Amino acid sequence: MNIKLIISIAKSLLLARWKQTLVAAIGVTFSITMFITLLSFMSGLNDLLDGLILNRTAHIKIFNEIKANPKQPINLSKKFKENYNFIQSIKPNGARQEIYNNGAILKALKADNRVMGIAPKITAQVFYNVGTIDITGVINGIDVEAENRLFFFKDYVTTGNYIDLLNVPNSIILGKGAATKMLANIGDVIQITTPKGDRIQLKVVGYFQSGLLELDKVQSYASLATTQKLLGKPNNYITDIQIKLFDITQAPKIGKEYAKIFGTDAEDIQTANSQFETGSSIRTLISYAVGITLLIVAGFGIYNILNMMIYEKMDSIAILKATGFSGKDVNAIFIIIALSIGFFGGLVGLLFGFGLSSVIDQIPFNTASLPTIKTYPINYNPKFYLIGTIFSLVTTYFAGMFPARKASKIDPVVIIRGK
Amino acid sequence: MSQIVLQAEGINKSFHDPITIPVLKDIIFSINKGEFVSVIGKSGCGKSTLLYILSTMDTDYEGNLFIDGESMKQKKEGQLALVRNAKIGFVFQFHYLLNEFSVLRNVMLPGLKLGTYSEQEVEHRAMEKLKILGIENEALKMANQLSGGQKQRVAIARALINDPLIIMGDEPTGNLDKKNGEIVFNIFQELAHEFKQTLLIVTHDNEFAKSTDRIIEMDDGRIIKL
Ligand SMILES: Nc1ncnc2c1ncn2[C@@H]1O[C@H](COP(=O)(O)OP(=O)(O)O)[C@@H](O)[C@H]1O
Ligand SMILES: [Mg+2]
Repeated sequence: MNIKLIISIAKSLLLARWKQTLVAAIGVTFSITMFITLLSFMSGLNDLLDGLILNRTAHIKIFNEIKANPKQPINLSKKFKENYNFIQSIKPNGARQEIYNNGAILKALKADNRVMGIAPKITAQVFYNVGTIDITGVINGIDVEAENRLFFFKDYVTTGNYIDLLNVPNSIILGKGAATKMLANIGDVIQITTPKGDRIQLKVVGYFQSGLLELDKVQSYASLATTQKLLGKPNNYITDIQIKLFDITQAPKIGKEYAKIFGTDAEDIQTANSQFETGSSIRTLISYAVGITLLIVAGFGIYNILNMMIYEKMDSIAILKATGFSGKDVNAIFIIIALSIGFFGGLVGLLFGFGLSSVIDQIPFNTASLPTIKTYPINYNPKFYLIGTIFSLVTTYFAGMFPARKASKIDPVVIIRGK
Repeated sequence: MSQIVLQAEGINKSFHDPITIPVLKDIIFSINKGEFVSVIGKSGCGKSTLLYILSTMDTDYEGNLFIDGESMKQKKEGQLALVRNAKIGFVFQFHYLLNEFSVLRNVMLPGLKLGTYSEQEVEHRAMEKLKILGIENEALKMANQLSGGQKQRVAIARALINDPLIIMGDEPTGNLDKKNGEIVFNIFQELAHEFKQTLLIVTHDNEFAKSTDRIIEMDDGRIIKL
């Protein structure tokens, strides 16, 4: 088969009916444009919402949960080994949240080449004193620099400078909600009560806004040293180790491994935030469904136009066959017509889709709960463009397949005799 | 003994719409290389039907057909298309040009399909055929800008492009006025005598038929005179 000749014939037939061709191509362009825009926007939104959690969450968290000892005496007894033992109303023993021997653990983690970084942390339950009222709160004692490196701490400190936690002794960055409740301004000194009943004064150096309102009413941040001091603990006291991995998908596996080696609890991000995965995948599914529906509608447009073209070009098809073009050649001509509508319509659609997403990317989007976001989020993943291209070609191929087959079956004798 | 170009061996054909009517009955004849043959007969006697079978476009018949010594009966659609492309030139009553293409391109298409010559060579050959037919000045016009007589001449040039073994025509002058009809007849005469082209032309013009080498007369689906 002479491809060059087939293409040149397809081109002539296309250009002879360029208005219908254009309408068909615009259908494809429109659907690909919407497909790209929708996916880029939805995916940008997904990234943003995931980022809310993912940026702030350790891939693995090592801590001690307060719970009953899983090794109860009756289970160790040889006599009751074959039995299933029901144990009730036992209490946790020696409940301490501290991670023992954390110096060695930190060292081991630093040596592990799957680990991107670690940030030790202390969680301290406190009361914020507002006049005579106490508000429950949590002070997170953090390694300020590690926290910023791994969890973008700086982005969430909306007022004040995060590094002041290190520079100013006895300083605190209050959650925005907590600060509002306490009417605390930057530079003010607030008073808190520790679990042991001590009253301690801290200087407010900034506000923190996570995007999750409930969290910001409770959480505050101080340096590790300040927190250790207010709890009256030595300077090796930590309660959590937050770990970020190079490969997030490894978290459940590595988490289990650490729990076993270090004899602590380890929680991975997938287990802690499974609901987020579901939300993302449903949003993605909806975008694909809408995009594909649009493409199928465009496909019917192409199908119609090709059918009409074949009806109009009966004579030409008969002549091509009479002068030696086979059914296969005729089939190829119409498939090429369909594919080129899909290709050029799709190509323009990709460009328009890129354009439209760039425009959306410029639209201001300010919300109190998302301090780092200034415009609507767009994800320019090349994957969407690749899928768009493949979809447009596949749909137009199927739209062209049936009319092309019909054309290839035209009997020239019937046409020529019919005159 | 001259070479046989086309041979029909007991061709029978019936239409089954709605009752079975035999249209061609036991057609046996052959055409030698260089012969100029005309087919005459009353309207409805089966001339066109026979020509479509001989041109390999209609495959629904009994009996056998040999073109250039090869049986056409076992060939598939694609192979028959190749035979038509390389060995048969067809001229219809209505000129059937492709309106999307220029005159020159119309003539070139079967040549490009055959692929024996490069595009430049095919173009050159197409111009030569147009010259033989005296319409080389129309080469770059679109097909639908020509008069009926000119169109029919373009169709003959197209039939000639691959130097076919045989040219078949189904009342090629049937749709033309007397003057243009004569021009087309003269062209066939010229092709037969100067270029030794084998021709099989169906006509209702007995004057024209008399000027050919051989007349095949049909009546009610049979050949009554060879
Ligand atoms: N598709 C068809 N179905 C049924 N009968 C047909 C069909 N085509 C042609 N015929 C009949 O076959 C006979 C021969 O037709 P045709 O070959 O066109 O005659 P001619 O060309 O000699 O005038 C006619 O009687 C015509 O009515
Ligand atoms: Mg006829």
